[in-house]
Amino acid sequence: MTLALYYLTATLYLASTIGYLAHLVWLRRILGRYSLLVLGIGFASQTAYLVARYVETGFTPVTTRLDASGAFAWLIVATYLAIQIRQAMPVLGAFVTPLALILTLTAAMWNKTFSPLDSILRSPWLPIHAILAFLGDALLGVSACFALMYILQERQLKSKRPGAFSHRLPPLDVLDRYSYRCITVGFPLLTLGIISGALWLKAVEGSYIKWQDGRQTTTVLAWFLYAALLHGRLVTGWRGKRVALLNLAGFVVILVTFVTLSHFMK
Amino acid sequence: MKILCIGLNHETAPVAVRERLSLSAAELPAALARIKAAEGVEEAMMLSTCNRVEFYMVAADVGSGKGAVECYLSEALAQDDAASRLERHFYCHVQEEAVAHLYRVVSGMDSMVIGEPQITGQVKDAYRCAVEQETVGTILNRLLHRAFATAKRVRTQTELAGRAVSVSYVAVELAKKIFGDLAGRTVMLIGAGEMAELAAKHLSSHGIRQMIVASRTMESARRLAESFSGTAISLEQIAEELPPSDVLICSAAADRYLLGPDDIRAALRARKHRPIFIIDMGVPRNIDPRVDHLENVYLYDMDDLQAVARSNIETRKKELGKAEAIVAEEVKRFFLWLEGLQVVPTIVSLRHCVEEIREQELEKALAALPSLSEDQREVIASMSRAIVNKILHHPTVELKRAEQEGTAEILVEALRRLFPIARSPKDPDR
Repeated sequence: MTLALYYLTATLYLASTIGYLAHLVWLRRILGRYSLLVLGIGFASQTAYLVARYVETGFTPVTTRLDASGAFAWLIVATYLAIQIRQAMPVLGAFVTPLALILTLTAAMWNKTFSPLDSILRSPWLPIHAILAFLGDALLGVSACFALMYILQERQLKSKRPGAFSHRLPPLDVLDRYSYRCITVGFPLLTLGIISGALWLKAVEGSYIKWQDGRQTTTVLAWFLYAALLHGRLVTGWRGKRVALLNLAGFVVILVTFVTLSHFMK
Repeated sequence: MKILCIGLNHETAPVAVRERLSLSAAELPAALARIKAAEGVEEAMMLSTCNRVEFYMVAADVGSGKGAVECYLSEALAQDDAASRLERHFYCHVQEEAVAHLYRVVSGMDSMVIGEPQITGQVKDAYRCAVEQETVGTILNRLLHRAFATAKRVRTQTELAGRAVSVSYVAVELAKKIFGDLAGRTVMLIGAGEMAELAAKHLSSHGIRQMIVASRTMESARRLAESFSGTAISLEQIAEELPPSDVLICSAAADRYLLGPDDIRAALRARKHRPIFIIDMGVPRNIDPRVDHLENVYLYDMDDLQAVARSNIETRKKELGKAEAIVAEEVKRFFLWLEGLQVVPTIVSLRHCVEEIREQELEKALAALPSLSEDQREVIASMSRAIVNKILHHPTVELKRAEQEGTAEILVEALRRLFPIARSPKDPDR
């Protein structure tokens, strides 16, 4: 039953992705609206999936690959929908929905079984750590989408022949502002996520960090990349393509982190 | 009854002819009244812009429409032979052709610069004038509303009018691609080239915060600055005034580069690397082209701007096909509606509608009275038929009379609203 909800979500995200990409090509407003509606239904079905999983396991549903990817995609879509409420930006949908779709699909390809929960994960730290870290990751993911759009728009304008694609993308200034704003919220959440993770580890294993766990190492690497980005921006006024590239790099590291599962997880 | 469009435009008539025929807004009402008063003309609207003079009419036949225009022209020009000499400049579109032509005109597809948006407003003005003069009726009213809806479809569903095609507008469009909202930005204008000034004017109409003007002499700088209510500086000061400027428009006559990479780099540092958009309209160029290698600097020279404008014109032309498809669809839809206005099919549908009610009610009544004999049932049935016929008799006669008088459209339209008469099945509107 829950697996059916997962597949329903993936199907709806696929439909929404196709709709948003079609909107990018033909710019018909109806396509944007349709895609948003389908995405909203997909979001609802994913919410139902996560609630069902919570009821099944009695724990925050992030402890299997399938659940974790689902929760990640769910928060990314939630961030997009929140932005959409403030300012309609169907073009962003063409970047965000594929990300949510890929996250949802890859997990399903890897592992479809729900293994029982490791005793270490049965802790009140789990929801605290997971919610902070995942929400931070999701915001940084949306920020990376803005950064990618920035790089594409920048290339169009630098080429001196901005074409149809440039027309579809928002202005540089808007992209820069939104991507920065997402980081200013996402980075503190990521930081709190790391701190809560370290405290949890301390409570379980007696030390704050465990270097042989690749996941922790890459998370710290991502943290430093974003810290460098923010520092550069605030102090020396880094802007534009350089910041956008750094932003993308940061998110790639986060994705790598996501793929290398914590050794606690099955 | 025919829908006609008789007129001339920039393609069929030289400006010497167009200027003689074009009318000011003040002259329009009288001209309209004259056309409307002509024999056989039921509805009329006149569109007069610098690129076209057109009469849209609903007339009894093509001949009476043409006659009305000829009559008007010979009076208006006060020369006996004028009308016949002008004839070769005129086109006359009938029915589908006329409707399609209007749709094309309103959508900017027939304009000198394809997709220019002013024409929609001009047609709106012409229509408003005709409404005020009461020279339009059911058909032209509907036609114009559909025309504006078509223009809107063309605008939103194609890129016909989507992009700037003049150099100065291209500059504004690029500035918007970089900065988004131009409100609160600072623009520096160097030199007083005509094109640069135009671009500055467009930019300042987008609510920029400050305009800095530099010129060879302080006096010309001041004069220009005044027209933009900006600040005047000398050419020597531009480097130091650069940091706050988001957009730089140059068109100074200079034999060397006014700004090089080092100047811009310094400005970028001072403005914390916020982007700078440089429009170099100078020939020879005012800005060292190496500036383009700097990050967060967007340098466009005259060739670049012209290339963008050209490619935008190409895009517009490519979009014409899509727009034509929309027009064809809309023309078809309009004529479906028009067919519905004809009297005979309306009478048939009205009868059909009432007959259906009669049959239903009769069935109900007879079902409630099962004990009636065959004769009694027949009496009730024939009574119901008689009531229907009596009720419909007068409206039918009136409709037929109105058709002969040429005023049937209003009655038909009213009937179609008052009774649930099926419209032409393919008209999705309403």
